[in-house]
Amino acid sequence: MPDNSAIAHGSPENSGDAHDEHPSYLRHHFNSVEQQADAAGFAMWLFLVTEVMFFGGLFTAYLIYRNWYYAAFVAGSHQLNVKWGTLNTLVLIVSSFTMAMGVWCSQTRRRSGLVLCLTLTFLLGLGFLGIKTIEYREKIEKHHVPGFHYSLQSFMDPQSEPEVYSEYHDKPLPLDMAVHTELYFSLYFLMTGMHALHMIIGLGILAFMILRARTGAYTSGHTTFVLNFGLYWHFIDIVWIYLFALLYLISRHA
Amino acid sequence: MDHISPVLWQFLVKWLTNFPLIPPEASRIAPQMDALLFFMILVSLIGLTIVALLVASFSILYSKKRHPVAVQVEGSTLLEATWTIIPLGLFLTMFVWGALIYFRVYTPPPNSMNIYVVGKQWMWKAEHPGGQHEINSLHIPTGRAIQLTLISQDVFHSFSIPAFRVKREAIPGRYTTVWFEATVPGTYHLFCTQYCGTNHSQMIGDVVVMTPEGYKQWLAESTSGMSLAQNGERLFASLSCAACHNARPDARGPSLANVYGAKLPLASGGAVVADEAYLRESILNPSQHVTQGYAPIMPTYQGQISEEGVIALLEYIKNLDSDYRIQQTLNTTDLLPESASKAQAATGPAKEKPAAHEPAPQGMVKQ
Amino acid sequence: MSATIVSLPDQSTARIPKVNYITKENGILSWLLTSDHKRIAILYLISLTFFFFIGGALAGLIRLELLTPQTDLMATDTYNKVFTMHGVIMIFFFLVPSVPATLGNFLIPMMIGAKDLALPKINLLSWYLYMAGGILAIYTMATGGVDTGWTFTTPLSTHYVNTNVLTTGLAAFVAGFSSIFTGLNFIVTIHKMRAPGMTWFRLPLFVWAHYAASILMVLATPVVAIAIVLIALERTIGIGIFDPTKGGDPLLFQHLFWFYSHPAVYIMILPGMGVISETISTFSRKRVFGYTAVAFSSVAIAVFGFFVWAHHMFIMGISNYAVLVFSLLTMLVAVPSAIKIFNWTFTLYKGSITFETPMLYTFGFMGLFTIGGLTGVFLGTSGTDIHLTETYFIVAHFHFVMVGGMLMAFLGGLHFWWPKMTGRMYPEKISQLAAVVTFIGFVFTFFPQFILGTLGMPRRYASYPPEFQILNVFSTAGATILGVGYLLPVLYLVWSLKYGEIAGDNPWQATGLEWQTQSPPLTENFAEMPVMDHEAYDYEWLEAQNQKRQKEVISAG
Repeated sequence: MPDNSAIAHGSPENSGDAHDEHPSYLRHHFNSVEQQADAAGFAMWLFLVTEVMFFGGLFTAYLIYRNWYYAAFVAGSHQLNVKWGTLNTLVLIVSSFTMAMGVWCSQTRRRSGLVLCLTLTFLLGLGFLGIKTIEYREKIEKHHVPGFHYSLQSFMDPQSEPEVYSEYHDKPLPLDMAVHTELYFSLYFLMTGMHALHMIIGLGILAFMILRARTGAYTSGHTTFVLNFGLYWHFIDIVWIYLFALLYLISRHA
Repeated sequence: MDHISPVLWQFLVKWLTNFPLIPPEASRIAPQMDALLFFMILVSLIGLTIVALLVASFSILYSKKRHPVAVQVEGSTLLEATWTIIPLGLFLTMFVWGALIYFRVYTPPPNSMNIYVVGKQWMWKAEHPGGQHEINSLHIPTGRAIQLTLISQDVFHSFSIPAFRVKREAIPGRYTTVWFEATVPGTYHLFCTQYCGTNHSQMIGDVVVMTPEGYKQWLAESTSGMSLAQNGERLFASLSCAACHNARPDARGPSLANVYGAKLPLASGGAVVADEAYLRESILNPSQHVTQGYAPIMPTYQGQISEEGVIALLEYIKNLDSDYRIQQTLNTTDLLPESASKAQAATGPAKEKPAAHEPAPQGMVKQ
Repeated sequence: MSATIVSLPDQSTARIPKVNYITKENGILSWLLTSDHKRIAILYLISLTFFFFIGGALAGLIRLELLTPQTDLMATDTYNKVFTMHGVIMIFFFLVPSVPATLGNFLIPMMIGAKDLALPKINLLSWYLYMAGGILAIYTMATGGVDTGWTFTTPLSTHYVNTNVLTTGLAAFVAGFSSIFTGLNFIVTIHKMRAPGMTWFRLPLFVWAHYAASILMVLATPVVAIAIVLIALERTIGIGIFDPTKGGDPLLFQHLFWFYSHPAVYIMILPGMGVISETISTFSRKRVFGYTAVAFSSVAIAVFGFFVWAHHMFIMGISNYAVLVFSLLTMLVAVPSAIKIFNWTFTLYKGSITFETPMLYTFGFMGLFTIGGLTGVFLGTSGTDIHLTETYFIVAHFHFVMVGGMLMAFLGGLHFWWPKMTGRMYPEKISQLAAVVTFIGFVFTFFPQFILGTLGMPRRYASYPPEFQILNVFSTAGATILGVGYLLPVLYLVWSLKYGEIAGDNPWQATGLEWQTQSPPLTENFAEMPVMDHEAYDYEWLEAQNQKRQKEVISAG
């Protein structure tokens, strides 16, 4: 695969001299801004691939145990609130849009636009985490957290949960299938928890970016940071869409 | 499978056993595996020799003193093809040969005698169908196909008999099997080869191979009087299995007579052969293995029964060819005053049993 | 061996260049906060040596215990901890980072004509992550150790031991990220920062090998990271994912673990193979025979390496048909390594061969790796694996490829590029002696273990039946010799820093771009951007360069 930016630029670059020829954000081991941006983008894509592999282990476990204990997974999934999940999905998709707008603002040197878009993205991200907190709290109250007084009552006696029962009319699970709901919830917390951790890290970086964006750091030609963070943010969004489908929508079909 | 002259073969084996580079060959599969092993050693020696000779001769012929100017040789597609295809061909030969042996070792013949082995930290417990129990040893006869059904009570262990060239992991949670036929009487090492904690290196024992007569004698001497199936019958009663599995027309559970080895239609669709794994799972995770036509109401016995208990039940079910005794138990139980609740009569069947009860036939599996 | 290609400058007038990456800045902070890939490589070299000798000491304890059939040197629990820590430290803190983090870091930018790696700060982060993991590992040892085996098999590691599983898992987790970032850095660098004219097929094979290893580092390591997280949660909370009583499957852990740990062995060996390509070419004065085949073989090993992991699980109760598939794929992954061995052998053909220390290590590699690799085929063949797995045959197999292969390549590379990294030559005679001693010690240590394994002696045993003693004694005797062979280089290489001969730019008259600059190199590697206008291993180009330089000297004088 020919990397023209690597081969074409032959201009010798003496370190320490000729600072006036290149922008301040060009690192000295790169020959040109294009090369630097190219390398940074490629690095981010590669990093996202490692993230796919990281989540992949959890998805593998999910696939196996869902196949083995389908009834338990359905029962567990019914305990999740699809409305919150859908809202969260919308929140993230909109935040991806605002992030993409932010990238455009950075590329077209719109400083206040960029700050606005990043701030909106940040708020939407916070909203996502807020909704997740509501969901987690509900799970804690119902004793559906593995390892912490996990209770099988909701599954062996579905009528003890009127709101869920009225929607799904689940049959009670026998004990040996009900114990497998703990596996479902382990995977639920692991997968959404890992996702939330990545979101929290993303929000931290986003906060840093908003502060820097206000000084014009990303609207004077150096768009790499915003662009690559955008990639990261979109990745988080895509992972959530898979999680939503796999965890919330198990027994829903046409 | 060996195409080596028997005389040469005996000589090789004898020499190797006296200056042992391989363990004694004491099973029917051992010489077959050794043949493949020798083939691989031979190929490796030849390969190594070729590489060594080439390197040595090139180093001498083309040392700087002798050949001061190097000739820039780009490569040779012919050579590349040669040393790609020949190793590939040899490796694929080994693959096929090895796969045949592998399948042979892990596909027990239908008439094999089954011995259960439970591994736990840090001992092996072997249970013969006749009720003989051994710890860290295994007595077997020559000339009989013997299948081991292995399971672990705790962590992974691995049951290894180097002299037989067999080894199989004992896994917590499900059965694994391996089979062999011993050929030479003697005592051989038994090792646990999967690291399992503090006393992993002490989890060793002896496999004692006896002549068939010697084995019969050993069986008679070491029996506790109760076969595994008899123990299983007691458990069957004490765990109230007969409350549902009693072959009455309105029974809540299917009859278990002759169920072992039968193809059962499942309530979830499809059919399954009722082997040891299925029976064990039906006891511990019943709701996923319900027979068609029955409700998923069987309670799980996970936590209430040990692996040995499951094995005893399995043996009982395997040897069950009629529900007569179950019916008798229930009839008798019905007569008892406390029969109003689910049968808890642990003493019922045992008292009924006459002393001359014929023990389950040694190892013959009902088909 | 009087014939040598070493061409050193006149020692009476030669000096180490005043400005180089070592003298550029002074003070400990300039090293600890550096972004220079060469300084980071040296940091790695020092810390790796430290961890290697800790792992080696643990190995010494193992061999001492195994002198006698009984467990008499230490308690069985202690022995279990010793072999576990030996494995953890040697694999995660020595073998995986060794060549890539030292030689790879130092040389890849120079070999492709770049000033540094693409992400220098991430490079430094990699080293700090490695050190953090290493310190955690030491802490684990100091606070009671861990005795699960380096493979952390569940449910032993999750429910049945009381030792420091969590801290060891954390140490490996952190070190894993070090590895991921190194691999990521290499891939981006090799793709995006090659000098003008440096096409893919003009790259040194050392770079190809690191590229292939980096793909593995980047794709496989995250999977073991999640496996460790799952173990930690299973152990603390009891999520049930590997617990059969809760419906989990302990075998799932093994699949996740070996999905990384098999590619890990190729992460370990591929960079070593890269070193061999360089040394065998230089000391035969020829380009590597079948350059394209060797380059593609490296990538093939990386790709196939992802699909063979369950050959570590043949007797674990996986289905017979799964065994068929994985055994077949294992045969396929063995072929590219065979191709490489033959290509290197034929690099010697019609060459002009000398036998300096790096070449001795190269020959050692070729012999020992051939044996190790072939015994891998014994194990990949499902039938024989039944008898040989979980015995000392496995131990012998992986030590042959890792120690006889990888470590020899590392030492060979260290000697080969020592003059470039330090500006000084190592002492030739004693280093040749050390190479020979290492080889002899190695064979004595590990060859008897093949026999022990075939006889059935299980691995991870603190005590064994008495009939295995004599082979164990041989093995321990060899280990003593091997220890000497490893100690010597530490001593004379440190000695050479002060007293070694001045090496000059290109003491080996080698063709790589790294040899066309001063030794030690400048911080920015090249005074002006090199343009690659010749093929890799182009000795005719080198000859022409030398003649041009001689003409210049004559005309200037």
